[in-house]
Amino acid sequence: MLDVARPASVNAPPRPAPDWAALRRDFPILDQQVHGHPLVYLDNAATSQKPRQVIDALVHYYEHDNANVHRGIHELSNRATAAYEAARARAAEFINAPSPNEVVFVNGTTEGINLVASTWGQKFIKAGDEILLLELEHHSNIVPWQMLAARVGAKLVYVPVNGDEGTVDLAKVDELLTPRVKLFVFPHISNTMGTVNPVREFCARARAAGVTTLVDAAQSAGHCVVDVQDMGCDFLTFSGHKICGPTGTGVLYGRAELLDAMPPYQGGGEMIASVDFFSAKWNTIPHKFEAGTPHIAGAIGLHAAIDYVDAIGRDAIFAHDQELAVQAYRGLKSLGGARIFGPGENRAGLVSFVLDDAHSHDVVTLADQKGVALRGGHHCNQPLHKKLGIKSSARASFYFYNTRAEVDRFLEVVAGIQAFFRHGSR
Amino acid sequence: MEAADLEELYQTVILDHSRKPRNFGEMPDATITVDGDNPTCGDEVHLHLRLAHDGKIEKVSFTGSGCSICMASASMMTQKIKEKSTAEADALLLDFQGMITGSGPEPAPKSLGDLRLLSGVRKFPQRVKCATLAWHALKQALHAKPGRKTEDGLDLNHVSLSPGDPDL
Repeated sequence: MLDVARPASVNAPPRPAPDWAALRRDFPILDQQVHGHPLVYLDNAATSQKPRQVIDALVHYYEHDNANVHRGIHELSNRATAAYEAARARAAEFINAPSPNEVVFVNGTTEGINLVASTWGQKFIKAGDEILLLELEHHSNIVPWQMLAARVGAKLVYVPVNGDEGTVDLAKVDELLTPRVKLFVFPHISNTMGTVNPVREFCARARAAGVTTLVDAAQSAGHCVVDVQDMGCDFLTFSGHKICGPTGTGVLYGRAELLDAMPPYQGGGEMIASVDFFSAKWNTIPHKFEAGTPHIAGAIGLHAAIDYVDAIGRDAIFAHDQELAVQAYRGLKSLGGARIFGPGENRAGLVSFVLDDAHSHDVVTLADQKGVALRGGHHCNQPLHKKLGIKSSARASFYFYNTRAEVDRFLEVVAGIQAFFRHGSR
Repeated sequence: MEAADLEELYQTVILDHSRKPRNFGEMPDATITVDGDNPTCGDEVHLHLRLAHDGKIEKVSFTGSGCSICMASASMMTQKIKEKSTAEADALLLDFQGMITGSGPEPAPKSLGDLRLLSGVRKFPQRVKCATLAWHALKQALHAKPGRKTEDGLDLNHVSLSPGDPDL
């Protein structure tokens, strides 16, 4: 039904259906009352919660193995280095990167994008060149390119999205992939619309036109199979904290050939092969891009998160989240009085909406008082909101630990908010 | 947070002001307009004032869009500052600031009138900026030199709240 790249698991034997209720019990934070009501956490597109297994991995590291990496000769340093590099190998496997050397640890998607903009972009994008983006894009995949464009004299060009549906026409992409375009950047899944973009088609068209691609996988890496080889992208980046991992972790994948040709990102220890007082030689990839002591504990926590998410299976997670999103979408539609964004039922696990009678900030404050955590605002996506003619929207975003009962509760709370703003009573 | 707090935040009067904001509209003969925005949530208040030579606020109106707290605060503010001198408006601004940040006397001064209904906002830290946006614009309007830019290029007729801003 959806163009979700999934070859890695295509020939895998069918797995038993996950025990969602048991998985939910792995998340200590979910078992609490907020403002006197059971917490219903529906802000997963902003950040996911962390299972006991990830928390334990962090605690274990700090209680047993903590040391600096790649420089110690003692036992703890060896352990920390081995665990850090094992995390890199695991992250490579997670996105089917051909080699762990093509995985750079960053502090999140935003840093991954900034790294590419300030190294590859600074070197290869020239005055008059174009950078192609989607109107769907998040600030983190717009602003670094605006900054680069201002530095080198390049131009940003946007592929328009189709109104409230949030989809993009491939014909429009073809039209805009002119010889002036050097880079095409796009989100795999839109954080505002829930659109799953046809990334394989985007990459194929870009490749045919000789255009480099960068995929923002922030909303997809933990929610559907992400396979960089099948996708055919040049760069891809995602954040650990949205896939059950610690904040301040993330991965930038780049094809080795591209990473080799790029200048370093930050200077410091770790990223050099040798240094004298006046010059230095760069380390090999990926270390060339990792100056200073890295977030070792974070990488180890990310490893645990990847193991956790993979054990469930991302195909199953996608289907689960989509089911909840469709339940929410249908429920909002039948309530009426709401403008709902995104591609109908063919969506990833989130729903953004605007109520006719209440501003999204009021919606979020009132929902919060009932224990329901939503996102309200422009979701770091002001240009798209402007295009839609709205200042802000409310968003419910789901993950595998959310339940159908929670979606019912969300709908009940929204109906209550509508009544409150229509009649002034609840 | 108890339900009573929420009732307090969304008092009937506040809902009424947000649905039917007073003094809402453009002002072709304004002597100063300040565009206030809160980029974190997208709220906008454009405050239009007609000031007499002695600084008295002859006319006031506003345009823009935002949540109910933001619109109600702007609406009630315009009612209170109409025909006030700069000094009187400044005094009101200080009273409002004291109430909204919790640094002022309790209960809030009677001078604030219906604006006291907004005192509940201080229990909702993320919403304080919604209530203060119009007041930031007023502060700018009373002390700005119309149409000029500061040395660092900031537009004196524009006020943009950032997450780290002090509350008024």
